[in-house]
Amino acid sequence: MKEKLVLIGNGMAGVRTIEEILDRDPERYQITIIGEEKYPNYNRIMLSNVLQKKMSVSEIITNPIEWYEENQIKLINHDPAVKMDTDNKKIITQSGKEIFYDKCILATGSRAFILPIEGAQLPGVVGFRTIDDTENMLEASQKYQKAVVIGGGLLGLEAAKGLLDQGMDVTVIHLEKWLMETQLDEKAGKMLQADLEKQGLKFLMEKATQKILGETRVTGLAFSDGTTIETDMVVMSIGIRSETTLARTTTIEVNRGIVVDDFMKTTVPDVFAVGECAEHNGNVYGLVAPLFEQGKVLADVLTGKEAKPYQGSTTFTSLKVSGCDLYSAGNIRETEGINSIEAFDGINYTYKKIFVRENQVVGVVLYGDTSEGNRYYNILKKNESIEEYTPVSLLHMVGEEASADVSEWPDDEVICGCNGIDKGTIMTAINEKDLTSVADVTKHTKAGGSCGKCKSVIGDVLAYALGGEVVSAPTGICGCTDLSRDQIVTQIYAKKLTSSDEVYRELNFTNPEGCPKCRPAVNFYLNVAWPKEHADEKESRYVNERLYANIQNDGTFSVIPRMRGGKTNPQQLLLIAKVAEKYDVPMVKVTGSQRIGLYGVKKEDLPKIWEELDMKSAGAYAKAVRSVKTCVGANFCRFGTQDSMGLGIKLEQRYEFIDTPHKFKMGVSACPRSCVESGVKDFGIIGVDNGFQIYVGGNGGTEIKEAVLLTTVETEQEVIDICGAMLQYYRETGIYAERTAPWIERMGFDVVKEVLLDPEKRQELLSALDEAVIGRRGNPWDEVVEDNNTRQELYTVGRV
Amino acid sequence: MEKIFVGQLDELAPRMGKEVIVWGQKIAVFRLSDDRVKAIENICPHKQGPLAEGTVSGEYVFCPLHDYKINLNDGQVQEPDEGCVRAYETIVENDLVYVMV
Ligand SMILES: Cc1cc2nc3c(=O)[nH]c(=O)nc-3n(C[C@H](O)[C@H](O)[C@H](O)COP(=O)(O)OP(=O)(O)OC[C@H]3O[C@@H](n4cnc5c(N)ncnc54)[C@H](O)[C@@H]3O)c2cc1C
Ligand code: SF4
Ligand code: FES
Repeated sequence: MKEKLVLIGNGMAGVRTIEEILDRDPERYQITIIGEEKYPNYNRIMLSNVLQKKMSVSEIITNPIEWYEENQIKLINHDPAVKMDTDNKKIITQSGKEIFYDKCILATGSRAFILPIEGAQLPGVVGFRTIDDTENMLEASQKYQKAVVIGGGLLGLEAAKGLLDQGMDVTVIHLEKWLMETQLDEKAGKMLQADLEKQGLKFLMEKATQKILGETRVTGLAFSDGTTIETDMVVMSIGIRSETTLARTTTIEVNRGIVVDDFMKTTVPDVFAVGECAEHNGNVYGLVAPLFEQGKVLADVLTGKEAKPYQGSTTFTSLKVSGCDLYSAGNIRETEGINSIEAFDGINYTYKKIFVRENQVVGVVLYGDTSEGNRYYNILKKNESIEEYTPVSLLHMVGEEASADVSEWPDDEVICGCNGIDKGTIMTAINEKDLTSVADVTKHTKAGGSCGKCKSVIGDVLAYALGGEVVSAPTGICGCTDLSRDQIVTQIYAKKLTSSDEVYRELNFTNPEGCPKCRPAVNFYLNVAWPKEHADEKESRYVNERLYANIQNDGTFSVIPRMRGGKTNPQQLLLIAKVAEKYDVPMVKVTGSQRIGLYGVKKEDLPKIWEELDMKSAGAYAKAVRSVKTCVGANFCRFGTQDSMGLGIKLEQRYEFIDTPHKFKMGVSACPRSCVESGVKDFGIIGVDNGFQIYVGGNGGTEIKEAVLLTTVETEQEVIDICGAMLQYYRETGIYAERTAPWIERMGFDVVKEVLLDPEKRQELLSALDEAVIGRRGNPWDEVVEDNNTRQELYTVGRV
Repeated sequence: MEKIFVGQLDELAPRMGKEVIVWGQKIAVFRLSDDRVKAIENICPHKQGPLAEGTVSGEYVFCPLHDYKINLNDGQVQEPDEGCVRAYETIVENDLVYVMV
């Protein structure tokens, strides 16, 4: 009989320990895992990315159900342990199951600490800890406008950014003078706050919350200084408390956490604890790196290996909010005996501060540029003397920084701090197991599998190990590849890849036929790169673009005929009315861009309706140039200075049916009253006395962005040309599904401006655009109406 | 069970689904890139999305409405989502496609 090992808590520390045990001796134990949540093991850290909609829940599952099966682990899920009887070595779960153990690991993690103040129980007050919490927050963000996050620490800020990304108005309440006060010094904390404010977050500093207001749901907060704030939701993020309820049903010693020795043993025989529920030497850790170190020690102990005693951990922190790169490690307080070296670069807005005691680095804070974080962390962990370093080195030349070159790093240089994986381990894995992608390295070594910040360095090591042949990127465009958009596009040109199949094969996508994320993207990049050689792949297009109509929530479709510039006439209206009546169209609506839409059409009726309408498609389903919204302008309006309708029609005619990375919306107003809201269009025009102001990069989408004034021109022709140049530049450099606002932000407004306003470059782009779209700009509805095959293949339903 | 003729192989475009209604049951028929044919119920267990309009990759289809990933062999929804749809056996003879209903 194998010994029975029971793990309580299906979270990061516990399951990691089990993995380490399986690595060492897979046959030793009969393992049972008891978990409270209804999901298999997942990467809790990544919940921040789920909340920011950068990842889906399925992407953060680290060990799917099959993993438990493959390793013959019995999983008792969604059924917490409620009682523990250490005399009879037995655990009882909520549903009444009794499980006996020979060895038991407690890894119950911790809970979000909820301030014990009036109103804390009201609906709308949430913690941020689990998948369920995250989904609740995402759901609430759909229904409500305002959110308050109490606590300006790592988690609170990530939660706040997530809610902001969902379109909420978010205020962070913080008790201290600056954000993340335990990890950052005042300067870095203030820089962080300024950056987050730029992204749209609001802050109330040095405010103590006294009570939560509301009768049936939160409506606001009251502070100790008598002021209040309105809100629809409160996220409490003021700290965590070790989950020790179960341990307290026994005689195991519990302080702040479950007390363990250097070998993760509790005070009761055969019971161990790891993770956030454990207290070692008076310390409870709330980050993954220490938990994994503990897991290794415990795995050694449980498999009879000689274990090195656990001696506590040096922790480091980075924040998962894009645009705010910070890194903090070790001791960052200037107490006696500790001095610091500080450098602030006001041009690049970067800051670093190194804390030194007796020629050894004991702490580091980096803001703005964290590329050296790992290096300092290594110096710090190894207690290296820094006598040989130049302490302050300003303006060294490019290439002088040996630190950036992974080939020169020693083997014991830690690359993935979360998991404590060093360069040597990664190199060995790459060579022994023929790994070729960052994802593979993560799978085999765990490096990069936690917070993910080290993926770019892993990519460098990989490139170095493989002789620079494979360049792997920090983040791929989807789960099928590690390559970024730029790398894929570069390879498409370099290797002259002209079909999706070739791309998938040549670039080693793990999934040979891709997924709904990468297929449309790759198809688009190929269309832009090889307009003549690459045949558009219908099977890679999303249904809307495949069928030239928007799919609605009930599986029916919408038909929106083109009315250039939003202008129509009685004949068109009669036709639309007739068709709507004949085909029992359940809803006729004027759309957001001044067109008439027929909604609720059955797929089979689409070709007939198009035929009878005898109008063109408005492309309202497409990642392409959409329609142009116009005001009445000089034709009828008493303020109009320009012929907005005329220009709108010209623009539409010139650029309709051109594919772009995401939808591209335009608007033309004839005076600064801007009746078409030109300020939130990808390309917005406002007529003024002496010409046209051109605004670009306005998005009224999930993230609302105001357009920026690009220039003012005198003639309609200039407007049309600049528009075409922008379209092509966006097509060539945009990431699929990236709207113009983030595109401009990524490229830098000044760069975009310079390109579009340079007459020569503008001309080049225009010619490239014309060339790329020759023969590709017909009305897609016609093709279907005329082609019986397509009609048969795509629009009919068989009946038996 | 009966062997129902649902169409010719060349009427099915590779990696694009087609809906066939057999005795009132909505069935989505798919021709994979290697010309094998798969058939599953055309109603996503999540919010009734029409699976025939989804993206086909290998032996899976992704629902067009909210991206549920469904195995075309057994109709099983893939983790982390849950559920399943009925899968039908298919037969291709002389380029004629049949579904066992
Ligand atoms: C949103 C978020 C972002 C984070 N970001 C970072 C980061 O960037 N870097 C970093 O290092 N750390 C980060 N952390 C912290 C990190 O996730 C934790 O340190 C780590 O998950 C702790 O692991 P654990 O196994 O101790 O606890 P957990 O992962 O919480 O696992 C404990 C599990 O035990 C279960 N459990 C509790 N009681 C019982 C019971 N009686 N019976 C059965 N099951 C029970 C719980 O439901 C839970 O599933 C973040 C945490 C969150 C919430
Ligand atoms: S934008 Fe100016 S010109 Fe156009 S309709 Fe409004 S007020 Fe009239
Ligand atoms: S209806 Fe299919 S995934 Fe939602």
